[in-house]
Amino acid sequence: MTTNVVERPVGNKPQKVRPAIADCDVHPLPNSPKDLFPFLSRHWQQHLTEYGGRRMQGPVYGPLYPKGQPEAARLDAWPPGGRPGSSLPFMQKQYLDPFNVTLAVLTVINPHPGNYQNPDLAVALCRAVNDWQIAEWTSKDKRLKASIIVAYEHGAAAVAEIERLAGHPDFVQVLCLSRTKRPAGSRDYWAVYEAAERAGLPVAFHAFGNSGFPISAGGWPSFYIEEMSAHAQSCQSQVISLVIEGVFARFPKLKVVMIEGGFAWLPPLTWRLDTHWKRLKSETPSLTRLPSEYIRDHIWVTSQPMEEPENMRFLAQTIDQIGWDRILFASDYPHWDYDDPDNCLPFPVADADRARMFSLNARELYGAGA
Amino acid sequence: MPKPLPGAIDCDVHPSVPGMKSLMPHLSDHWAEVIDQSGLPDLETWNYPPGAPLTARSDWRPQARKPAANVEAMRVETLDRWGTGIAICNALYGVQTLFNEDLAAGLCRGLNTWLAREWLDRDPRLRGSIVLPVQSVERSVDEIEHWANDKRFVQVLMLVGGETPLGRRHNWPIYAAAARHGLPVGIHAGSSFRHPTTPVGWTSYYTEDYVNQSLAFQTQLASLICEGVFSKYPDLRVVLIESGVSWLPAHIWHLDKFWKGLRMEVPWVDRPPFEIVRDHVRLTAQPLDGPATPVAFGQFMEQMGSDKLLLFASDYPHWQFDGDDAVPDVISPTLARKMQFDNPRETYRRLEETKS
Repeated sequence: MTTNVVERPVGNKPQKVRPAIADCDVHPLPNSPKDLFPFLSRHWQQHLTEYGGRRMQGPVYGPLYPKGQPEAARLDAWPPGGRPGSSLPFMQKQYLDPFNVTLAVLTVINPHPGNYQNPDLAVALCRAVNDWQIAEWTSKDKRLKASIIVAYEHGAAAVAEIERLAGHPDFVQVLCLSRTKRPAGSRDYWAVYEAAERAGLPVAFHAFGNSGFPISAGGWPSFYIEEMSAHAQSCQSQVISLVIEGVFARFPKLKVVMIEGGFAWLPPLTWRLDTHWKRLKSETPSLTRLPSEYIRDHIWVTSQPMEEPENMRFLAQTIDQIGWDRILFASDYPHWDYDDPDNCLPFPVADADRARMFSLNARELYGAGA
Repeated sequence: MPKPLPGAIDCDVHPSVPGMKSLMPHLSDHWAEVIDQSGLPDLETWNYPPGAPLTARSDWRPQARKPAANVEAMRVETLDRWGTGIAICNALYGVQTLFNEDLAAGLCRGLNTWLAREWLDRDPRLRGSIVLPVQSVERSVDEIEHWANDKRFVQVLMLVGGETPLGRRHNWPIYAAAARHGLPVGIHAGSSFRHPTTPVGWTSYYTEDYVNQSLAFQTQLASLICEGVFSKYPDLRVVLIESGVSWLPAHIWHLDKFWKGLRMEVPWVDRPPFEIVRDHVRLTAQPLDGPATPVAFGQFMEQMGSDKLLLFASDYPHWQFDGDDAVPDVISPTLARKMQFDNPRETYRRLEETKS
């Protein structure tokens, strides 16, 4: 089968009037693991060469489910001689400049060593990825802000990494993958939340990762389409857990961002939580407010991959229910299901709401430095 | 909130097995001896912790025995009280959690026999679901064949949390048998506990487990659609029971989107998933975990795109409502009538064959 890449003019608005936007999910990628070697000790360089990053799955090179496209990337997003997302100049030319992205929050998920099986490797490699982000990305383009990649399964080490980089102007949040070994509200992770709250940094969960458990309570699905859509379920499980296990009751200033899990599930999940918590609240006396109230105050969602109802008006109703102050535009550049900033809201939106989603929410959430 | 209409069809009530002793008369000699020797007292599971508020409404929770443990209690508390026309009995007893498939099949046969003798024989308003020993596809098909001629059994029953996804091809003989006999496949909340109830490990609190049930329904529905079950068995109906309902539109929008990008992976899915859902999937609407305001509920129904999908259920004796308010008041009188009569009759074709 051959695939034709359609050349489309970038953007449909003249450059001069294009408003500045903030993109909360942009993926840089090392061209090879060796790109990270300057930031690793000789021991870990040798370890990676010999054993690699084992991560609770069979395949060494590929993902668990073959993707729809190579590297799950846009076919036109491969820089000459490199992997998608590996070249800053290419990213600037193809995406950041023409769309006037003045804040791009980097979310490194490949590699995100947070759930590698070797705990010491996870810690060392997270640190290396963070240093690589400064050296190769944020120091070279002030529009870029990075996420602190942490070994979230290893609380004390994750706290140390947050404390090492807290206050660094290039880092605006702490990043975990959504497929944790225990539900995110579990006490195993509270030290991470405590450190993030103390540092004034939101904690983000980006879809993907390996928990060691099937993505469905009914077992391992067969197809990539099932795994891909089930990230919405794993993100919902995390919201349930964060609320019910009392994270927001314990850390009242904590802000959580759910990235790339879709968002239309949030209103029905909120209703469901309220309905059942009222019946079962004797189990969780630490909760002093309704689940919906914790969610409204503590949870942000990114916009991509945006659900596609038969009538897009339904999506406007959904965002109205979530609140236009809680949704953050995300393109997912350079991945295959990238959302184009110009075309991703195919329904009428008030200027003030559009400004919130495409810029103001991110700048408020991530602070003055952003 | 309104009472059910007289003659309503209640699509989810739960007769309780009082204990293994009650099943003993309905087991084969072999399995009765095995149970006797092992001393296995009861098969209740943590899907419904016996003392939890949700498991039984306080006024349906007698001191000396389990709730809903005999047909007299069910008559007084629901059937006579509301003038129920028909109630479909879904027995929740942890046969699905056993690892020995022979034992599971032996106990399922006893459980279904118990349901027929102790319930269906005793009240003409009752219908039943054939509980399947899901540990074995062959034995599940045997169980369907064994009961298929008893038209009082109107569906087969599985749990949403199993060992492998429900759509997987090795399960298809179950769907073939169900379709052949005009039996919808009922999928009830609850787990065999082969995996955690979440994609991210075991929870700390029961509340999380119960709320997470809807996520298991989402992935199982995706499995049934993506594997092609509905393409292969065009007459098959699936009923999601105690699944919650408000999640359905958002979930299918998500799946519809990825279907557009990844349909080459599942070419037998030859139309948008929401269309498949409307033709094949029904949901019991208790608990109604959905929008509590009439405006938001109206939007939800518009998003569902059909008033045929929801079925009335009381979920007796689980505590989902108080008093006689079994029909949530956001539901319009017209929809309430459809949910209590037209939609169940259209879903459970066997109800016509057993009209008394």
